[in-house]
Formats: sequence, structure tokens, C-alpha cells
Amino acid sequence: MCDPMSMATEAVRSSAQHAWFSDEVQSLLPKLYGAAVKLCRDRTNAEDLVAEALTRAWAKLPTLADRGTFQGWLFRILTNVYISQYRAARVRPEEEYLGVDAENFSIFERIHQPILLWWGNPEQEFFDGLLRSDLQAALDSLPEPYRSAVVLVDVYELSYRDAGAALDVPVGTVRSRLSRGRALMQKHLWQYAGPGHGPAQGKGERE
Amino acid sequence: MKPTSITSCEEAIRVLAEHLDHELGGRLEAELNAHLETCRSCCSRAEFERELKARIRGLGAEPLDQDVAGRVQALLRSFADTPTP
Repeated sequence: MCDPMSMATEAVRSSAQHAWFSDEVQSLLPKLYGAAVKLCRDRTNAEDLVAEALTRAWAKLPTLADRGTFQGWLFRILTNVYISQYRAARVRPEEEYLGVDAENFSIFERIHQPILLWWGNPEQEFFDGLLRSDLQAALDSLPEPYRSAVVLVDVYELSYRDAGAALDVPVGTVRSRLSRGRALMQKHLWQYAGPGHGPAQGKGERE
Repeated sequence: MKPTSITSCEEAIRVLAEHLDHELGGRLEAELNAHLETCRSCCSRAEFERELKARIRGLGAEPLDQDVAGRVQALLRSFADTPTP
């Protein structure tokens, strides 16, 4: 590796690799940053998380066997950095007991009418009154480890397998975290955006 | 936990999330689809959960402010001087 010829080849390869890496990262950045904000719930920490993940990704780039899997690979690094910092902060992710009510909470079960109503559609009314900020607040309200499972699968559409790999847990754990996380989100939405908070009060009055 | 065959609404609801996540597959997937075609209540629920999932997915795009884009660009440029091993 010390002869000038191979060093020159190495430099060319690195520069092409660098250009490729930069292009890929720029195009994935909105998604990557979005995921970081969802995980951290804080823009400053999200910025640091993205920077740390990119630094690690660049260092580990030679271990990426298939460039077609770059996005999943980068998300995995991002999640790993997030989890390791999270553990370092000594906030242990625990499968805390949330109660049967929270585990099974379903908005649909609360509003669905078994017979067709001529005067309206409660499900549609719920969605009509549902704001992006309501959903964001419900997602932010989720404790770990439920939030990261919902973020990866529902927001970023990772498969259970990929989410499990990213979070370093078995698929069955992804499934149960999702189930609890979604029920908790629905409970939050019901409390803050359910009937009584909907369009009847006027959307314009809410942010 | 998971039913081996779908013979009731309760069992259909138990696997609905996996169906909506495209994770069910196989015989249960076929049985659930058959159930959804004949059960108005479960079909409505599937529509409701699908819509809610789509709304949550809509949270993905995060407006990228100039500071972040600038910081990342500077970081990427700095990598040019530190080739990967």
C-alpha cells in the first residue's frame, strides 16, 4: 500500500466514495433529521445526533457491503447512537406496566356506531378535527421504548425485522412495543383531540 | 397469542395491526381478508386504523432549517480530509 501508484488509486477511490456519500446523505437528510427530531423530541439534540451518526457512518463506510441498503444502514446507525446515548443517560428503557386500559385503548371502539347513522360519520368527524399538532403531541407523549418503535415503523415504514435490527431487539418485542405505543397514542389523542375538542369548537381557534 | 385461524372479530382485531403493517402474510392474511369482506364492523375498524396510520406517517417530513443543512454540509466537507480507513 506504500507505493505511490496504489496510494494515488486509493485517493481517487476515496474522493469518489466521498462524493457518493455526500450526495446520498444530502438526499436523505430531511428524513434522517426528521427521525432524529422524533427520537430526541428536541431540535438541538437532534442536530447533534445526526452529526454523530454521520461521523460514525463515514468511518464505517467500508463495512457497507451493498450500497442499495444505505438508507436502512444509516437509520440503524442513527438509532444505535440514540440508544447508546439514551443508555448513557441512565434512563433505562423499561417495559413499564401501563395497565390493561392503556394497552387496549381504541378510539374506534369508543366512537364507532354499529348501525349506519344518517346524520353523520363519527370516524370521519374524528379525522376532520385531527390536527398534525395533535398527532405530534401524541407521539411526543410516548415514553421509551414505545416511541422509537412507533417512529421507525409508523413514521418511517421500517419492517418489523429492520426495526428490530435497528433497536437490537427481537421481532416479537417490536410487535409488543408497537401495540402498546399505538394504544397509548390513541389514548392521548382521545384525551386531547377526541370529541369535544374537534371541529365543533372551530379549527381556527386551535393552533 | 396469535390465533391460528380467524373465526371471530376478536381474532381478526388481534392480527389487524400486522395486516396493516404488511407483516401478516400466509393463511392468516387470506383468512383476515375474507373476514374483512364480510364483516362491516371489522372492515370499518381496518379503514379507521389505516387512516390513522397514514396520518402518523405524515409526520415524517420535518422542515429542515438552514442551520442544520449548513452544519451537515460543513461536516461532509470535513470528511474529505479524513478518508475512511
